[in-house]
Amino acid sequence: MSDFAERPAASAWPRRFAATRRPGVPHGRPWTGWILPALIIVAWQASASLGWIADTIMPSPYAVAAAAWRLTLSGELLQNLGVSTLRALVGLVVGGGVGLALGLLNGLSRLSFSVTDTSVQMIRNVPHLALIPLVIVWFGIDEGAKLFIVALGVFFPIYLNTLHGVRSVDPQLIEMARSYGFRGWPLFRRVIWPAGLPSILVGLRFALGVMWLTLIFAETIAAQSGIGYMAMQAREFMQTDVIVLSILLYALLGKGADSLVKVLEHWALAWRPTLQGAP
Amino acid sequence: MTMPVAIEHDAHLSRPTAGAPLTLRGVRKSFGAKTVLNGVNLHVPAGQFLTVVGRSGCGKSTLLRLVAGLDEPTTGEIAIEGVSEVRARLARIMFQEPRLLPWARVDANVAIGLGPAADHTRALTRSRDALATVGLVDRAGEWPSTLSGGQKQRVALARALVSDPRILALDEPLGALDALTRIEMQRLVEQVWLSNGFTSMLVTHDVTEAVTLGDRIVVIDHGAITADIPVDLPRPRRRGSAEFARVESKILERLLSPARGVFDR
Repeated sequence: MSDFAERPAASAWPRRFAATRRPGVPHGRPWTGWILPALIIVAWQASASLGWIADTIMPSPYAVAAAAWRLTLSGELLQNLGVSTLRALVGLVVGGGVGLALGLLNGLSRLSFSVTDTSVQMIRNVPHLALIPLVIVWFGIDEGAKLFIVALGVFFPIYLNTLHGVRSVDPQLIEMARSYGFRGWPLFRRVIWPAGLPSILVGLRFALGVMWLTLIFAETIAAQSGIGYMAMQAREFMQTDVIVLSILLYALLGKGADSLVKVLEHWALAWRPTLQGAP
Repeated sequence: MTMPVAIEHDAHLSRPTAGAPLTLRGVRKSFGAKTVLNGVNLHVPAGQFLTVVGRSGCGKSTLLRLVAGLDEPTTGEIAIEGVSEVRARLARIMFQEPRLLPWARVDANVAIGLGPAADHTRALTRSRDALATVGLVDRAGEWPSTLSGGQKQRVALARALVSDPRILALDEPLGALDALTRIEMQRLVEQVWLSNGFTSMLVTHDVTEAVTLGDRIVVIDHGAITADIPVDLPRPRRRGSAEFARVESKILERLLSPARGVFDR
């Protein structure tokens, strides 16, 4: 903790970077990744201002920003954003919760695994978006339909990775803990859960990708609110600026969710040599 | 490191012992059709340092696992202080690998040795005491991945010691260490054993290590004890000495020309 120099894993990274680093080229800073998007926006704005791209095909970044401002003032943007985020989160909690629970159960119980896993693998091979017509018949186009399809989408990556994580716990560690009297819940809490957590968090990252994808799809097909709905409405009126705004929002939301999991990983997996000493 | 040990030579036999006597009667262990241990009879008096040597696959690790309560014998009885149901509580095992939990800091890893019901604060205090015994108290707050192989085994030793075991079973715990670290660890194990007084049972295929540490050396071949040799050398033992070499070659001879089924006791 106090002495970074004592930790080989922590000090190896910066030193290796330092060796190959040329003056004036920034490395490894949090904002480095944003240089390219910024350049693209500048080039895009320039092309639009010089009239190289027609406004009806691709509005300028300025026009998109203006649309964002206009929709913010009217309250439409925040309302749709809120609705979409809420749907995404509820779907994630429901589908992810069931996936986590079943993954843990099947990882720990042979009986449960042999009874349910074949069925789960069969359902997994059906593209869940293919169920949208059926789901609309079941739930209509109200909230239930979107939540169901999002929950179904996030269930599989979390289930599979939880199962894998729990299954691949080092049996030597379990034997060690058992020899000291750890069984049941204490064994799970101290050994199995922390051993499975890296894999579970990988599952969460996959699930977040599926979550947005599914939600967008569901909202563009059948919805009366949300960002996908906003984009579809804009198409009716040829408002390309709002369409582009919706697409950008999805990009930002996806990136935001991914960053959140990264923070979670740094906090929960601080023991991993690759993460020690990282910012 | 070895200073106090010289004075304590022979003292461990007379001092009030914290060790427990261990008795094996007709112990057999089979895995399917394969018999790994075939009727082992052995009595280890309280506080003795027994080393068990044998070729790979002779059944010595299986014997140790039975003593530590990790497995049950197919037939026969293993009793600690005359009772056979208490093995897991009175005996602690140190494995070939450190088996530290990578997600727990060093002191929390040692606290595992106190079992799941231990009070958290008290456990950490006792962990630090055990870490002080193995000379790693200044690394208490670190992750295991920052330690060297020898340091990891010292943490594992502290984890085995923290609950004050009556019997310590050592399953070739020094096998993977480099030669120098290994000698240091042998001294540490000897020192801790002398000051704590537990009964020790060390399994190894390294004859020099067996002679360095054992009060008594048992040779196992094909699942049976083929030799039982007391080692009456002053501690700490000097590898170079003529006596040491004599005992060492005696054991090696036993291992190289196995007299199958002959009990030498």
